[in-house]
Amino acid sequence: MDTSRSYLEPSSFSKKIAAAIIIVYAVITLIPISWMVMTSFKNVDSAISYPPEVLFEPSLEGYVNLFTNRSRQSQEYLDSLPPPENWYEELVRSREMVITGPSKFLGRYSNSMIIGFGSTFASVFLGALAAYAFSRFRVPLKDDLLFFILSTRMFPPIAVAVPIFIMYRKLGLGDTHLGMIILYTVVNLSLAVWLLKGFMDEIPKEYEEAAMIDGYSRLQAFFKVVLPQAMTGIAATAIFCMIFSWNEYAFAVLLTQFNAQTAPPFIPTIIGEGGLDWPAIGAGTTLFLLPVMIFTIILRKHLLRGITFGAVRK
Amino acid sequence: MSQIKIVNLQKSFGDFTAVKNSNLTINDKEFFVLLGPSGCGKTTTLRMIAGLELPTSGEIYLGDEEVGMLRASERDIAFVFQLFALYPHMNVRNNLSFPLKMQGYKKSDIKNRVEEAAKLLRIDHILNSNISSLSGGDRQRVALGRALVRRPKAFLMDEPLGTLDAEFRELMCLELKKLHLDIGATTVYVTHDQLEAMSLADRIAVMDGGEILQADEPNIIYNKPKTKFVASFIGSPGMNFFEVNEGISKDQSFVNIEGAKFHIPKQLEESKGSKNFFGIRPENLTLNNNEGLKGSVFGVEYLGSRKIITVKTSLGEIKVKTDISVDVKLNENVQVKPSNNNIIIFDGETDKSLNSEFIK
Repeated sequence: MDTSRSYLEPSSFSKKIAAAIIIVYAVITLIPISWMVMTSFKNVDSAISYPPEVLFEPSLEGYVNLFTNRSRQSQEYLDSLPPPENWYEELVRSREMVITGPSKFLGRYSNSMIIGFGSTFASVFLGALAAYAFSRFRVPLKDDLLFFILSTRMFPPIAVAVPIFIMYRKLGLGDTHLGMIILYTVVNLSLAVWLLKGFMDEIPKEYEEAAMIDGYSRLQAFFKVVLPQAMTGIAATAIFCMIFSWNEYAFAVLLTQFNAQTAPPFIPTIIGEGGLDWPAIGAGTTLFLLPVMIFTIILRKHLLRGITFGAVRK
Repeated sequence: MSQIKIVNLQKSFGDFTAVKNSNLTINDKEFFVLLGPSGCGKTTTLRMIAGLELPTSGEIYLGDEEVGMLRASERDIAFVFQLFALYPHMNVRNNLSFPLKMQGYKKSDIKNRVEEAAKLLRIDHILNSNISSLSGGDRQRVALGRALVRRPKAFLMDEPLGTLDAEFRELMCLELKKLHLDIGATTVYVTHDQLEAMSLADRIAVMDGGEILQADEPNIIYNKPKTKFVASFIGSPGMNFFEVNEGISKDQSFVNIEGAKFHIPKQLEESKGSKNFFGIRPENLTLNNNEGLKGSVFGVEYLGSRKIITVKTSLGEIKVKTDISVDVKLNENVQVKPSNNNIIIFDGETDKSLNSEFIK
C-alpha cells in the first residue's frame, strides 16, 4: 500500500481524472478561439472554402484589411502607379486594389481601451470605498442598502436601454467616452461593492487602527494599509469589471456611433467585397482578445497569492 | 511620559453598557494592568484611552490634556495589539519607520531611531526580513518596537502575549518587565491572565461587568480583596468560600460553623444581612485530626513543592494547600481549620468585604 501521501491528498488516480476533465474542457473552449485566430491568418477565399481548411498558407491579408480602407482599380490605373513601397501595399495591389487610407479600427480600439480601463478603474475605486464603509462602519439600513445595490443586477442591463437612451440624449452623454464610462461603472459597481466587501471583511480592522494610532488619518490608513492588503480582491474585481465593459455590445450599439464607438459594435461591420470580410473580422477579434488576456495574466499572481498570509496569528 | 486619568467614564453600545462610570488614575511611569474575565469592559476601556472608541460620557486626561474626544492619531499614544497588526506588505524596517514617516522626521533620524529601538529589542538582525517569515516572539518584538520608536506619552497593550505559547509567554513577560524598567514608560496593559497581571503590574485594576472593582498593588489585591469577585478571580486554586447563615456584628471575633469554632479577625463593621461568606485562601488552611470543620479527603493533587488537598465537608468542597510532607489518603476523615487570621468576610448582600482588623 502506498503510504507516502496523507489521507487528505487525492490519489494519483483521481488526480489523473481531474487532469483529463480539465484538458477536455480546455479543448472545448479553445476550439472556437483557435478557429478565430486561424481565420485571421487565412485569405478571403480559404476562410469561406468548403470543406473548411485546417491546413492553409498563412497570410496577413486579414490584418491589412482590418487597418486599411481600399478601393478596387482598373489594371491600367494600377500599372500607371509607381511600384509599391512596402509589403502591405504589394498585398493590396495583388488584389487589384489600392489603399485609400487607414480604417477606423484603431480609433475604435482605443475607444475600447479608454472606456474599458476607465470604467474598471472607477468601479474598483468607488467599489473599494463603498465596500470599506459597509465593512467597517455602522451604516444605517446597511442590509437594505446592500440588497438595493445587489438588486440592480437582478434585471439584464439592456432592460433599461430605452430610458437610458433618452436620458443620455437629453444630458448630451450619448456617443461620449464619459457617458460610456459612467454607464459601465454603474453596471459594474454593484458587483464591485459586493466582491470587495467580502475581501474587506477578511482584513482585520486592527491594521487600520494601528495605522491611525501611528498618526495617520482613516483615509491615509485606507490607502496605505487596507488597499495593499485587499490587492487580491481588487485584482479579481478588476478582472470581472474589465471583462464586462470590454465585451459589452448592446449598449455600445445603441449609444455610440462615431466618437465613442467601441470595438465590439465595429468589428462585425467590417464588410469586404460581396459579403463579410471574415479574415479581417478574425484579425479584429484576435487583437480584441489580447488586452483582456494580458490584463488577466498580469493580475493572475495576485489572484493566487494571498499576501496577508502569515501576518496575523489567529 | 505622563499620568492618565479617567473620570466618570461610560461606554454604551445600544442597550448594553460596556463600561460603567469608571474612575481611575494611572500614575506616571506606572505599569498598570486591567484584569478581568472576557466581556468585562477592560479592552473597551483601553480602546477609549487609545481613541479607537469614543466614550458615551466622561473624560480622559493624558497628562493635563483632556483627550476623550480626540482622534487616535492626535493623542500621542502607542498601542500593541493582541494580533500584533504588523503591516504584512512591509518589511520589519518599514513597519518600524511607518509611525515616524507620518511625523515628518528626516530620513537619517528615522533610520537612527529605528535602529536604536531594534537594538533594544534585539531585532536588529531581522530589520530587512518580511513579516511573514518571523516567529511569534519576533513579531511580538517588532510590534513592541513599532510602539517604542514613537516615544509616546503612554503605551497601551491589549493582551500582547495572548497568542504566544506558554514557554515563550514567560520569557516575553520578563522582557516586558525589563523593558518597562529601562524606558520607564506609563503602560496600561490588558489581560485576563492573573499570573501575567501579578508578575508584571505595579498596580492592578480588577474589572467585572463594566465596573472597576478594585485598583491596588498585586499583594493587596491578593490578600485584601474588596469584593467576593476579586477574591475568587485571583489565585489558583481560588479562594474557599464558606456560607455562614448568621449576621456578623461589630467587634465579633469568632463564629461557630457546623460545630467548629472559627476565630476571625476583629470586625470593625457589621454585616447588612444574615447570610455572609467566609473567604479563606487554600494556603491559610491546615489539616488536623482534632479541631475544625469535619470532612473527608476527596482528592490530592501533587504540585511538586506543594500539595492541594480537596476535602469534602458539609459546606462543600474545600481546597487546602499544604506542605509536601502532609500525608493523607483518599476518603480519610480529617478536620480543616484556618492557620492564621487571614480570613475575609464578605457581606452576603453587597458581596463587599467587611472591614476588620485584618483588612483595614
